[in-house]
Amino acid sequence: MSTTRLTLEQALHLALHQALRRDPDVLLLGEGVATKHRDWVAEFGAERVRNTPLAEAIIAGTAVGAAASGLRPVIDLLFAPFMAYAMDALVNSAGKLRYLSGGQFSFPLVALGMSGSGWGLGAQHNHNLEAMLVHAPGLKVVMPSEPADCIGLLRSAVADDNPIIFLMDIGLLQREGDVPDDPNHAVPLGRAAVRRSGDDLTLVTYGKTVGVCLDAAAALADRGISAEVIDLRTLKPLDEAAVLGSVRRTGRLIAVHEASGLCGLAAELAALAATRAFDALRAPVVRLTGPDAPAAASWVLEQAAVPTPEAVVEAAAALF
Amino acid sequence: MNSSQFAEPAGPPEVRRLETMLLIRAYEERLVALQRGGAPGTCTSVGQEACAVGVVDALDGRDRILTNHRSAGHLLARGADPGRLLAEVLGRVDGYCAGRSGSLHISAAEIGVVLTSTIVGGELSMAPGVALAQHLGRGEPGGIVAVFFGDGAACEGIFHESLNLAVQWRLPLLFVCENNQWQAFVHRRETMADDAIGRWAEGHGLPAARVDGNDVEAVHAAAREAVALIRADGGPRFLELVTYRRRGHFEPDDQAYVDPAELAAWAARDPIDLQRARLLEQRLADAARLEAIEARVARRIEAAAAFAEASPWPAPDTLTDHVYA
Repeated sequence: MSTTRLTLEQALHLALHQALRRDPDVLLLGEGVATKHRDWVAEFGAERVRNTPLAEAIIAGTAVGAAASGLRPVIDLLFAPFMAYAMDALVNSAGKLRYLSGGQFSFPLVALGMSGSGWGLGAQHNHNLEAMLVHAPGLKVVMPSEPADCIGLLRSAVADDNPIIFLMDIGLLQREGDVPDDPNHAVPLGRAAVRRSGDDLTLVTYGKTVGVCLDAAAALADRGISAEVIDLRTLKPLDEAAVLGSVRRTGRLIAVHEASGLCGLAAELAALAATRAFDALRAPVVRLTGPDAPAAASWVLEQAAVPTPEAVVEAAAALF
Repeated sequence: MNSSQFAEPAGPPEVRRLETMLLIRAYEERLVALQRGGAPGTCTSVGQEACAVGVVDALDGRDRILTNHRSAGHLLARGADPGRLLAEVLGRVDGYCAGRSGSLHISAAEIGVVLTSTIVGGELSMAPGVALAQHLGRGEPGGIVAVFFGDGAACEGIFHESLNLAVQWRLPLLFVCENNQWQAFVHRRETMADDAIGRWAEGHGLPAARVDGNDVEAVHAAAREAVALIRADGGPRFLELVTYRRRGHFEPDDQAYVDPAELAAWAARDPIDLQRARLLEQRLADAARLEAIEARVARRIEAAAAFAEASPWPAPDTLTDHVYA
């Protein structure tokens, strides 16, 4: 299978282009999408690739209305914290009106947002708020860690009939990876990926911290500890079977993410292990997460909030 | 059972409009009575019936409606079955939303009432998207979208975002503001520096008409004109219907915060009384005819209540049905 080397950002653009080409119901709406993609306006028309006011609430609300009316909008909300302005449309409308209407409407829409450390932007651009969105019924939440998955997951997200929050880690945007040239490449939602196999310990993570955990696993191998690294890829629906299967085999779980810990994904993973694999656990479950603090702009402070390979190695070593 | 056993209101359109207003009034009076008997509370539109009937009667089957928590008038004017509406309010399986909505977010796609939101302003956020789909040919040819909201929603930021986008994108959208003077428990005087919402619309470049919302014929004439203009040029229009919320924000509500003189003044301009007098004066109906209509409405509501109360509760094991597609 032939591949091409692309950054995550290039992969996202390729995926959006494929989505617009594949399905005439797909729209791309957002602040600057037509400015940045003049060629798409020419190819697909100004009706389908639309700049919007810098007003996230109406961008998202418009997507919700359009999604319920036969279209499949993709909206670019730029940075994830800007979604706070779009929460009524995403959480109260897209997430609830299918249920509250007794299934009369579906909301096939994708909301894109960037998040995470790496650019020193401070907390109003860098806020890993994925757990808030996971907590909202009716929404699905996706966060790829590599370019190939970005394409494959976006394809599945656009084809899905549910509202999907698609988060990109800022720190990965310029990271390259091999992307399949097959235009039908798809990654199913709700399916985790084993990035490294191991027998002694399970590291569960997503987004940028997949790389952190892989570095940690390599260092642990030098110490004779065989760590498995699971990339969740989709945060909701959570691939419980993949996590439980690995933890039952290794008996140890460290959940790692940049988002703050309180009621975060790692807490859910810990609960999953405690409630459904307790008998297999050989050590306490560990969470390595960001602090309950807004992200700072200063490089040193920003990076101090992020789990490091060294921290993962230290936590892992303490379990043996 | 459904309401098809009842003959559609017949006769001149002015008489039909009176009958529909009477149906809304009787339906909501039944909601109040049911609440007093322990049923869930509701937001009624008593005194605002002319707004719903006048506008909805200017739409046709191609059009889509978005509404809000005070939706009974819009739904009934559109032809919703009062039995299925009451079943929804009571949380029964035969409700339009299978008991998931209750009174606050009832939508009925089969009659074109879509995406009802009880978040004040939520309907305004979604309406441009429904109109965009219409504009892009996903609806029925020639259809438009009407969105109903109040002066409370007009004080939300999303009101301005919605109007601005509809104008800028030239969407086939009729904004219908029922300015009923009350925003939950606060009078509009306390929340707005201006006293006319249509002027805000004009500030966005949106043509606005300000109409007596208690005169169903005036509302209807203005709505027909606005709808014709939208169908002709594809762009949005704005109607401000000046009316009054005669009951509380939500049942029960003792309305101790309401100025009795103001309430009495608006009660004296009851939209149903005004239309009844007009029909008699213009000899469009006689007293016997009006009596027969009222009796028919009363029978319809009785049957609706019986249907709703006989409808089964949803099975608890269906709790998580419809969360995901």
